[in-house]
Amino acid sequence: MGEKQNNIDIIKSMRRKTLRKSMLNYGIVIAAYAVMQIMIATGNISSLLKGLLVPLCVYVIAALSLNLVVGISGELSLGHAGFMCIGAYTSAFFSNAVGNTLPDLPRFILAILIGAAFAGVFGILIGIPVLRLKGDYLAIVTLAFGEIIKNLLNVLYAGIDSHGLHFSTTSAMDLHMEPDGRQIIKGALGISGTPKNSTFTIGVVLIIVTLIIVQNLINSRNGRAIMATRDNRIAAESIGIPVTRFKLLAFAISASLAGVAGVLYAHNLATLNTKKFDYNTSILILVFVVLGGIGNLTGSIIAAVVLTALPEMLRFLNNYRMLIYAIVLIVIMLFNWAPASLDLRSRLREKLFSKHKSEKREEGEQDGNS
Amino acid sequence: MSFLTYLKDGISLGSVYAIIALGYTMVYGIAKMLNFAHGDVIMVGAYVVLMLLTRAGVPGILAVVIAMAVCTILGITIEKVAYRPLRKASSPLAVLITAIGVSYLLQNIALLMFGADGKTFVDVIKLPSLSFGDGKLVISGTTIVTILACIIIMICLTLFVGKTKQGHAMQAVSEDKDAAQLMGVNVNGTISLTFAIGSALAAVAGVLLCSAYPIVTPYTGAMPGIKAFVAAVFGGIGSIPGAMIGGILLGVIEILSKAYISSQIADAIVFGVLIIVLLVKPSGLFGKNVQEKV
Repeated sequence: MGEKQNNIDIIKSMRRKTLRKSMLNYGIVIAAYAVMQIMIATGNISSLLKGLLVPLCVYVIAALSLNLVVGISGELSLGHAGFMCIGAYTSAFFSNAVGNTLPDLPRFILAILIGAAFAGVFGILIGIPVLRLKGDYLAIVTLAFGEIIKNLLNVLYAGIDSHGLHFSTTSAMDLHMEPDGRQIIKGALGISGTPKNSTFTIGVVLIIVTLIIVQNLINSRNGRAIMATRDNRIAAESIGIPVTRFKLLAFAISASLAGVAGVLYAHNLATLNTKKFDYNTSILILVFVVLGGIGNLTGSIIAAVVLTALPEMLRFLNNYRMLIYAIVLIVIMLFNWAPASLDLRSRLREKLFSKHKSEKREEGEQDGNS
Repeated sequence: MSFLTYLKDGISLGSVYAIIALGYTMVYGIAKMLNFAHGDVIMVGAYVVLMLLTRAGVPGILAVVIAMAVCTILGITIEKVAYRPLRKASSPLAVLITAIGVSYLLQNIALLMFGADGKTFVDVIKLPSLSFGDGKLVISGTTIVTILACIIIMICLTLFVGKTKQGHAMQAVSEDKDAAQLMGVNVNGTISLTFAIGSALAAVAGVLLCSAYPIVTPYTGAMPGIKAFVAAVFGGIGSIPGAMIGGILLGVIEILSKAYISSQIADAIVFGVLIIVLLVKPSGLFGKNVQEKV
């Protein structure tokens, strides 16, 4: 009996801990939002920072979604910009096609849902063949996928007239539209004239929705199954966890969240083209995740905000920015993952803080994360 | 005749992919890691040759040899500094992400040193071109050298891996690192040697690639590098003839789709091939099917 009570206590304290962790993330986002709103209201904000607010939300959502794949599912996706691109294009197409027949807010909500749905469907389509494979293959296939999406969208022309939608892959002339037709997707020129519906408030709401989805997934039975497959695929399989299905679940959710980031991005700019969604953007999001700590959601949020805002403030470093990112990426990986470095760190910690209880607790937490 | 011209271009480009893919496939076979920076070593090789030829006036052959030496040192250094500490890391993602970091680092160093503008590559290969059927099919000296280089490299590598002591050591390490170590094989040395060979080949590929498409930018190596990896997967990763045949097939597919379908979506077709191969036969044309053991 006593042992059972003890187990229940342990589970309760673990629950409390996860709850505290989740609440911390919501708290950070809401606090940051409040601070920004006060700054905007009192006029203490530069136009530069104001222009950055929506992109910050875009990158935070993208980093959270990638962390779901890299940190929780233990796979590497290098095509997250591709999913963002799908979300951006489908939603911008929808908003442009519908135009003013719907009021702003419902149209934007529908656009978000459409972007998320399309990106999610592509996540499933690309996930089914490749999630059976191992990490390296997934990385290269997602990269390939991002390039395919970019290539195909660059030759896509689409328009709308009284007969409905027209698509072509050769030129605007081949759309064969009625005189009242409007061209929406103009090949490599992309989509222009998308309504600018994205606001900081909507961005923050979307971040919170993303956090709710991701954190509930992680702390659910499904989430634990996903992490089990990450830690030991064979062991997870042998206790009856359908590995591919769970990996696909995480991947599809991640893809559709990246799609949401794309929607937010598309509705913040007058013109949208595929240039922004290249390999470099995928890597940039990966840098956020790695710097914030793989599997650590709070870290992803902070890293995305700092690394997006900082370069804009430190313009003089612009030429060296990507170089610094590359070095940071390598150094952080060596520092956090090399067995020799981990060894050294734990020995140093023992020497310096052998009497500090708090340090021990932190160590325990880290073990839980990695 | 135009089909033959395209085919010739495809085989020529494919030979370059094959040489890059050989480097990929050897490193992957032995270190079990996807060396993302491999493509950027190509770019370094091309820049070294270009600088030696234009600034220092070194003769062509010597410049290529120096570039091979530079890339070899670069490859060994990258492996030692960035990959070796992570070889026993708990997650296989660690070394992959580091490799992406190294690739990015090389690109950005080149960007700072040479700028983003493309530099025109000078002719290294000065051979007359062959002409068939009253000039309807012209095979340039570069194409001949590229295809010959590819064949020679493949034969040499096959002999090296199959006949020499070092080659046997490579096979042993790729099979089982710990067992190889117990048998007295110098595992670290063998992995370094593999990176050295792969990087030297990357330098050769860089020269050949830039002789055929004479513009060098900091991103020159990135796309061919990724495509060569596709070729390596296509042929079966870890297999030397597989890398060669995969590379040539991929080059032909790319040029033919550029010629007959659309130049804008040729890349999409190449990557589509990768996805189909992984769907139908994940071990590639010549790959071994390795079962995972508990």
